[in-house]
Amino acid sequence: MTTDTSPTEEAVLRTDGLDARLLVDRGTFRLDLRLSAAPGEVLALLGPNGAGKTTALRALAGLTPLTAGSLRLDGRTLEEPESRVRVPTEDRPVGVVFQDYLLFPHLTALDNVAFGPRCHGVPKAEARAQAAEWLERMGLTDRAGAKPRALSGGQAQRVALARALATRPRLLLLDEPLAALDARTRLDVRAGLRRHLADFEAVAVLVTHDPLDAMVLADRLVVVEEGRIVQEGTPADISRRPRTDYIASLVGLNLYQGRADGHTVRLDGGAAITTTEDLTGPVFVAFPPAAVTLHRDRPDSSARNLWRLEVFGLESHGDQIRVDLTGELPLLADLTTAAVAELSLHPGRQVWATLKATQTHAYPA
Amino acid sequence: MTEPKAGAERKAGTEPRAGAQPRAGAERKAGTEPTEVLGGGGTRPWLGTPRLRTGTPLPLLLPALVGLVFLVLPLLALLVRAPWRSLPDQLTSVAVWQALRLSLITATAATAVALVLGVPLAWLLARARFPGRRLVRALVTLPLVLPPVVGGVALLLALGRNGIVGRWLDSAFGVTLPFTTAGVVVAEAFVAMPFLVISVEGTLRAADPRYEEAAATLGASRFTAFRRVTLPMVAPGVAAGAVLAWARALGEFGATITFAGNFPGRTQTMPLSVYLALQSDPAAAIALSLVLLAVSIAVLAGLRDRWMAVS
Repeated sequence: MTTDTSPTEEAVLRTDGLDARLLVDRGTFRLDLRLSAAPGEVLALLGPNGAGKTTALRALAGLTPLTAGSLRLDGRTLEEPESRVRVPTEDRPVGVVFQDYLLFPHLTALDNVAFGPRCHGVPKAEARAQAAEWLERMGLTDRAGAKPRALSGGQAQRVALARALATRPRLLLLDEPLAALDARTRLDVRAGLRRHLADFEAVAVLVTHDPLDAMVLADRLVVVEEGRIVQEGTPADISRRPRTDYIASLVGLNLYQGRADGHTVRLDGGAAITTTEDLTGPVFVAFPPAAVTLHRDRPDSSARNLWRLEVFGLESHGDQIRVDLTGELPLLADLTTAAVAELSLHPGRQVWATLKATQTHAYPA
Repeated sequence: MTEPKAGAERKAGTEPRAGAQPRAGAERKAGTEPTEVLGGGGTRPWLGTPRLRTGTPLPLLLPALVGLVFLVLPLLALLVRAPWRSLPDQLTSVAVWQALRLSLITATAATAVALVLGVPLAWLLARARFPGRRLVRALVTLPLVLPPVVGGVALLLALGRNGIVGRWLDSAFGVTLPFTTAGVVVAEAFVAMPFLVISVEGTLRAADPRYEEAAATLGASRFTAFRRVTLPMVAPGVAAGAVLAWARALGEFGATITFAGNFPGRTQTMPLSVYLALQSDPAAAIALSLVLLAVSIAVLAGLRDRWMAVS
């Protein structure tokens, strides 16, 4: 059904792993992603709700047809509308862990896991033996006979993972794998999932709106907004150098865009930030809220970054208070409760903010 | 529901102390004695009978009661006039057993036909996208509202010895359906299948199609997904539809007598023999009716979770 298609203009054909250009038109929404991953790599699609992450996942699984583009896995073309190639979902070597797991309610955990191998022609006894092995790997041997309704959230997640892995997919897709869990279960399951993904020898793509999940689980992050990739890189790279407000707020950084001239970055709004980097041209400047110091009166500080701001709001953030400030440079500052009390901060109060240049991080836009 | 309203009504009427009202309402909700706070015991009986206070208007209550009697009275009459003493003899007579046996066999066979053809049809209506789906749905539903006699006539014209398909069945295979037991099954299935289709289609629509997608990602073809995932999940709906179809087939009269005739032991089902017996042997007719009534009650009891819990 597939032939060696001529390489499209930009794509370098991978002979292993995932190589996809996903184009899906859905009314006013358009998804356009280029994804590529080597076997063993875990890719996270990170983005706000409605960014098209789930559509991308469905397209990879063959549940939503591509409008254009192509999808190749281990050198085999799974879908390419232009040459009318479309391998149906059931014939793709793809496993999916759905957000709400979709475990078959009438089957036991064991039979849920055995379902895939059975569909691939494995005899019943053999399929169940394989399923038992998978459940054992997930630490669920004692729950093999339980119906999904009787499983806890964390157990159901692991059964769903075992079910997806039992078909030995070459592409594992996880849709918000931890979203349905409560905070405590989440920690355990995240750690377990990380272990299983590390062992997984093929490509894994997970979709999440939780930056922590993405950073813990993935080798590489693809940030998607409004159907397009806005940034791509390692978790460390993305959290250090966010390129959109969405990512900056996700990783908890103040982010500004402006023009650098030496050590000074002049922002579009008129304010300036002094940085340690020596750059010219359009740049991003980021700094963590904890780097900001607030003062009641104008300080005699050596800090070059000094702004007069007004408190807009306060909210607790972990064991700190996050202060939302407006003025010539709107920013977030993290203070201890004691500091907030000492400064008697309240909405509407005028304060001075200082920031050391060494705490900022500037990089070309 | 009625509790806060009681507070509101009292506020408007007997109690002038507006300030005390919200508290009183809240306390009453919590189940404490409100009379102490309010000091007004005059409206107290209303609390005891909250349903009457909402007041069923007489123009509704009266016809409702008449309607209830109208529906129950005939069944009561059947029980009152039943020849209880001769009942054992009646029910063990050969004619009764013959009709009952034939009815059970044909109704079950018709249900089987309806299941084999109706479940896929329901799936098609619920899941497949094709032009004219609404028209197909309307056509499937038509036998529900069509007078069964008309159905019988139509079956004759289609499958009768000179019918457009029946003629060919006769010449090619030597198969004749009219006035045979198989014809009874055909007539009953024609009338009963829509009940099953509609019931199963509703259940299929309510079932999450993403389970079929999950099955597909595990390598299941659409048919495997249907057989191993969807069908077990909608089994209760299929069972309910089957029982409904079976009950409908058991009571079928018009289409059966038109298409299959009325031959004792061959095409004379229970409803037919009830009708005939009524002219010659009313006691036998009542006995047969009681049997059908018992079957109906059993069906209703079997479906009570599904159909009666709705209210």
